[in-house]
Amino acid sequence: MSGSQAIPATHARDADPYKLGRAPYHGAAGHGHGGEPTGHGAGGPAPKRVIVGFGFWIFLLSDIVMFSAFFAAHAVLADSTAGGPSGKDLFDLTHVALETALLLASSFTCGMAAVATEARSQLWTQVFLLVTGLLGLGFLILEVQEFAHMIGIDAGPGRSAFLSSFFAVVGCHGLHVTAGLLWLGTMMAQIFVKGFRPPILRRLLCFNLFWHALDIIWVALFTIVYLIGAGA
Amino acid sequence: MFGKLTWDAIPWDQPIPLVAGAVVIVLLLGVIAWVILKGYLPYLWREWITSVDHKRVGVMYTLLGIVMLVRGFIDAIMMRSQQALAYQAPGYLPPEHYDQIFSAHGTIMIFFGAMPFMIGLMNFAVPLQLGVRDVAFPTLNSTSFWLTATGALLVNISLVVGEFARTGWLPYPPLSELAYSPGVGVDYYVWALQISGVGTLMSGINLVTTILKMRAPGMSYLRMPIYCWTALASNLLIVAAFPILTATLAMLTLDRYLGFHFFTNTAGGNVMMFVNLIWAWGHPEVYILVLPAFGIFSEVISTFSSKPLFGYRSMVMATMFICVVSFMVWLHHFFTMGAGADVNAAFGIATSIIAVGTGVKVYNWMFTMYGGRIRFATPMLWSVGFIVTFVIGGMTGVLLAVPPADFQLHNSLFLVAHFHNVIIGGVVFAAFAGLTYWFPKAFGFRLHEGWGKAAFWFSLAGFYLTFMPLYVAGLLGMTRRLQHYDLAQWRPWVLLAGLGVVVTCLGVACQIIQLVVSIRERVELRDEMGDPWDGRSLEWATTSPPPAFNFAVLPDVRGEEPYWEIKRRAIETQQLADEPEYQAIEMPRNSPTGFITAFFSTLTGFALIWHIWWLVVVGLVAAYAVFVWFAWRDQDEYEIPAAEVAAADRERRRAREAWLRANVRVREPA
Amino acid sequence: MTAESSHTDDESGDVAPGVEGPNIRAGVQGYLIGLGLAVLLTAASFYAAGSGLIWGPGIPVALIVLAIAQIGVHLAFFLHITTAPDNTNNVLALAFGVMIVALVVGGSIWIMDHLNQNMPPMEEMLQMQR
Repeated sequence: MSGSQAIPATHARDADPYKLGRAPYHGAAGHGHGGEPTGHGAGGPAPKRVIVGFGFWIFLLSDIVMFSAFFAAHAVLADSTAGGPSGKDLFDLTHVALETALLLASSFTCGMAAVATEARSQLWTQVFLLVTGLLGLGFLILEVQEFAHMIGIDAGPGRSAFLSSFFAVVGCHGLHVTAGLLWLGTMMAQIFVKGFRPPILRRLLCFNLFWHALDIIWVALFTIVYLIGAGA
Repeated sequence: MFGKLTWDAIPWDQPIPLVAGAVVIVLLLGVIAWVILKGYLPYLWREWITSVDHKRVGVMYTLLGIVMLVRGFIDAIMMRSQQALAYQAPGYLPPEHYDQIFSAHGTIMIFFGAMPFMIGLMNFAVPLQLGVRDVAFPTLNSTSFWLTATGALLVNISLVVGEFARTGWLPYPPLSELAYSPGVGVDYYVWALQISGVGTLMSGINLVTTILKMRAPGMSYLRMPIYCWTALASNLLIVAAFPILTATLAMLTLDRYLGFHFFTNTAGGNVMMFVNLIWAWGHPEVYILVLPAFGIFSEVISTFSSKPLFGYRSMVMATMFICVVSFMVWLHHFFTMGAGADVNAAFGIATSIIAVGTGVKVYNWMFTMYGGRIRFATPMLWSVGFIVTFVIGGMTGVLLAVPPADFQLHNSLFLVAHFHNVIIGGVVFAAFAGLTYWFPKAFGFRLHEGWGKAAFWFSLAGFYLTFMPLYVAGLLGMTRRLQHYDLAQWRPWVLLAGLGVVVTCLGVACQIIQLVVSIRERVELRDEMGDPWDGRSLEWATTSPPPAFNFAVLPDVRGEEPYWEIKRRAIETQQLADEPEYQAIEMPRNSPTGFITAFFSTLTGFALIWHIWWLVVVGLVAAYAVFVWFAWRDQDEYEIPAAEVAAADRERRRAREAWLRANVRVREPA
Repeated sequence: MTAESSHTDDESGDVAPGVEGPNIRAGVQGYLIGLGLAVLLTAASFYAAGSGLIWGPGIPVALIVLAIAQIGVHLAFFLHITTAPDNTNNVLALAFGVMIVALVVGGSIWIMDHLNQNMPPMEEMLQMQR
């Protein structure tokens, strides 16, 4: 077994830019690495930042699959109002537009925080994270208001299957935002105490992904649950 | 204070669970006392409980799987003996107890027997085969394991505190709704599965990331051992399917706890939606279990036939084909629900098509054996037994894929025989093949061949004797889950199946004896060199057991079957490759995070089941505290100095050189 | 710290999703473009739903098209998913996820729709008998 020589990073790319291992095959033994199938991992394990980011990406995709089950339930049960109020009667689209605006703005400020982190600016990172959190909190308050209002007029989750699925899918997103806020607070404290260490930078990357993914799910939510629901 | 929990929760009037529970508790206390008295506790804590080493975590997963397989097998004995006795008689198990047993049997076997076993083997072998030092997220890995153990613990607590679900292993509503199952049984089921499901999901993410992002230099996708491919496919399915289970069970929980109406009969709830969603997870789950099993057989058959795997690329294609198509067939579990001819036809055809991928694999295995120098060691016996058994199970499966036939056989013992045929013949056989195959790598000594072979033959005979009669009984119209029956025509077949369980019992006994005998004779069975089976992939390049860092220097991969290549070169040149330059290695530090998280999840789960709300809050706050505490640590790695690495690797090289001198002349050059 | 935060990750030719570029101006610009497009698409969605501009039955289709476009914008400008070789894994994983979502949602709707036609819920059946 010979040692792992340092592999020049360039030559594999030219032959096989997408690294699927399709480059010409020169037989197994004795040729070193030139021109052989490479594939990802040609240079050994990826850097930690890539591993962590990719792992979290996979987690987000699984989270989106979980939402898809709630969406499927909502799609199937949307008409099962059991004589109770339907989306048309309940949804206040101005309220939803306001929620959307808050969340979209928070996604933007979250991105700004990432840029500030890249510039290694404690101050701006914290400021933008704080704004992100406040916008998220505003969103959450609006959502709780909406829920409280609905439950108040006897349109709670126990009223009909439609409302069950509505509360579940929107509430699940709200729980994610809550978890995100807790995480955000933890991240701000970590940056404050420990500064931009590599593990903290990786966590910030994951938090960014998480927050943007929540916005993506909200796009699906306001379209399918609110806009289409209010029109139907 | 304690929610619904009172002294009445303990089944004082039912001797069987009470005595069984007492025996388990006494045994457990005995083991704990022995560990403490012997002073093993610090060792266990340091080396196993807090270990984040993928090999240790893999071994613990596998151990959990073995223990739970035995636990589920005891349920099976009770069911078969009840049916053997209950011809025109009540038998010895009252219906409400019998219902819990078959529910617990399925739940335990799938979630806490087969899953941990398969995940354990993947955890152990995949990083070694990829030629790397650990999985992508070691601490998360340990947490995954402990969460799975939490789920298993909760299910077993239900034996003595309260009751388990009486709904079958998938709690179909409306039976599982609060109106018809007011007890805590379904709650035990739901929370045990939710907690262990989180663990499984994280383990899936972990292994996908490991396989896609961490491989030895030069190991392109098409140079990965086939087991890594099947592990990739299986874990992709975990990532894609388990969230659906989480969501579905969450909906059932909302129905039961907060009065939602997802699956109720009233207020517009849709019972069928549960069946639809649970099988959208449930069918991929079948392939989550069986794909790594295929991988194990591929490795074993290739190794023991002394040939490269026939049709490696077609094997890869078939694996990924099954991975995708397994998400397009779930309706075949409920053809009879009434979705209509066109929907049934589409899913029936997809189901038949998925068998093509498996067919490709079967031919590849046979062609791998063809012309090879086959050594019938225990793992190979399990593999050959698998090919025969699985083909029978697969064919009955294709039969069931035809909707009109399924209308006749739905929920009959024919179906029960079919899925036991594929899961025992596929997954359980693979588990034992993999266990015997990788045991020397994990512990440094082989398992006893004689007892292993005896275990195989008894298990194989026991399997056929149990389930072939059940096929017949099913064709005679006997439905599943019968607590008693009155039809004379069924009786001989049921009795035969009971006899089959006795034979299987002998197989299980042989397995246990095999473990004991092997541990006692570990000196004679020692694997000095680290390559006991003349293997072909990288796990055999390191010592048995491997050092914490697996490889002193990451192997340099130059083709398929990298280790075979290294070995061939060594034999040709009659010497090992030049000694590499050793460097210090950074390894992740042990962490009790997983264990502590699991401790609080157990509390939270138990509190949720019994509606002890203050404890739920305590558990959740504690979980958050653990999260912050873990995030705050400053040092997460330790360094193994280069000298230590060099010393370990020089010892390995000495063993290899000794082997080279002893063996090179009797071996033909390749 | 510096080695960890290098953006190119040349060694493996891989990039994690969501990784920022080194240039502050380009970073801010990207987010601004994303925000602008997202606001436009969101506004279009709300407008399309509220006004009579689109033929009634076409509204859901239009809304879904707009939503998919907006999700694409978010992926490209906020999550920095690209088609570059270093992003292959990220895109493949995304494609797998999208496929699963489509299968689960589409399959469930298809199955349950047919089921409801063949076996209407109890309340509807009672109505039909009337």
